Amino acid sequence: MSATFPVRIARSTLVGTARALLSLRAIDLPPPATVPRIFVANHVSHADFVTLWSALPKPQRLRTRPVAGADYWQASRLRGWIANQVFRAVLIDRDPARRSADPVETVAQVLRGGEDVIFFPEGTRNLTDMALLPLKSGIFHLAHAAPRAEIVPAWIVNLDRILPKGAFVPVPLNCAVRFGAPLRPRAGETRDDFLQRLAGAMLALSGREG
Amino acid sequence: MSRFYSPSAFVFYGLFAFLIVATLLARWLIARGKVRGDTARNLMDRIWAWWVMIGLLALIFTLGATAITVFFALCSFAALREFATVTHTRRADHGALALAFYVILPLQYLLVWLNLPIFAALLIPVYCFLLLPVVTVFRGEVAGFLTRVSETQWGLMVCVYCVSHIPAILSLQIPGYRYSSFTLVAWLVLVVQASDVLQYVWGKSIGRHLLAPRVSPSKTVEGLAGGMLSASLLGMALAPITPFAWWQAGLVALAVTAMGFLGGLIMSAIKRDRGVKDWGTLVQGHGGILDRLDSLVFSAPVFLHILAWGWL
Repeated sequence: MSATFPVRIARSTLVGTARALLSLRAIDLPPPATVPRIFVANHVSHADFVTLWSALPKPQRLRTRPVAGADYWQASRLRGWIANQVFRAVLIDRDPARRSADPVETVAQVLRGGEDVIFFPEGTRNLTDMALLPLKSGIFHLAHAAPRAEIVPAWIVNLDRILPKGAFVPVPLNCAVRFGAPLRPRAGETRDDFLQRLAGAMLALSGREG
Repeated sequence: MSRFYSPSAFVFYGLFAFLIVATLLARWLIARGKVRGDTARNLMDRIWAWWVMIGLLALIFTLGATAITVFFALCSFAALREFATVTHTRRADHGALALAFYVILPLQYLLVWLNLPIFAALLIPVYCFLLLPVVTVFRGEVAGFLTRVSETQWGLMVCVYCVSHIPAILSLQIPGYRYSSFTLVAWLVLVVQASDVLQYVWGKSIGRHLLAPRVSPSKTVEGLAGGMLSASLLGMALAPITPFAWWQAGLVALAVTAMGFLGGLIMSAIKRDRGVKDWGTLVQGHGGILDRLDSLVFSAPVFLHILAWGWL
């Protein structure tokens, strides 16, 4: 899929800025896989998926689509352009009363089509002091709807300090995205057991750099 | 063009010649299997990083004083980022840190570039010291308050204030000195960085007695003495391009290499306390930019003051 010139400019500007401002790097990214991937990460600010996306090497980045809330990203034409063109985001409606499509099915179709996604399993931005909110069941259903896909846990280090809640200006701190070993739900594993195991894998990545 | 025949240009020609020899020698040692594995990779990483750093410095020296000031402002930015990353600062410090990065840092370098030495000398040690905690105090977060504001102030002193003394040297006009002040910057950077490398080389080859084992497991008395003395000999050999007599050049070199050593030691203590081995990953094989700059941070202000008091 070839991108238009303004889209490519916007992409390289975002990636270049994120990398230059935050000295961004990916730690322990698992080598390219033959199966689709669901990157799951902690979610603190609107800058999270840009950060994770920018940390990925280019070939991986171009086939990775962030899953984002339609309510926020369709609120203006500019946001819509950024979401649809620049990131090729998979927009899902988070309001169960209003939506027509099943969000899990929307994302699973992307995975079946051979593309990777970035998914924030907390379901919303974490504005509390906890490291991680309790995970929503969406990731469990998604894993079963796209059983070929592997789940790659990730942790965006220091992002809560770079852009804390309520702040508009990011403070440049060295930022890294740390990746863990891919995992999948085990046969017969209950939803709660799986979510607990995934949360544990994510929190294990959150320790300070040694 | 005269800038290609200036003394600082010849310092760079000498450095490039040295790098070519070092690269060939390292390749030969690796090809012969005398150095292998991770040591070989680290050696080549370090040498390539030196090519990049010296090449970059040569380029900005050719471009002029503004380029040098902008370059060290960017170094300060990257250094402050490394420093702030390992501090205890939290959400309540966000405003103070944003000011430090986006207002105080550019302002300090603007004052240096405009050659306003009194304002440049007072901005961070006096006005930031007095006013920056105000931004934090109204956030009402008192836990670790002194630690957090001190860390921010230290970050600004080390990464911005001290580093800005390097381009500040460019504004000095020393009566009777026939070369430009670019030469003084080149001499300082060369002597201090050479001392770092030579301390490492002497320490690796004959180092026995650990100087401060709890702070840095690699610094030895032999390394320090050998490194400082041989770097000072280099500084003395270059006395003709400085305003110093040969013995003065030796004494000034001893002073700046001693400060450089102390800087490295102090920054090591901070790293050790915060449980990190390197400040960052910006310079391949060397760690972060602060790992490379720590000695210059502590020597540049002293060098500037020696020049200002003794030769102006």
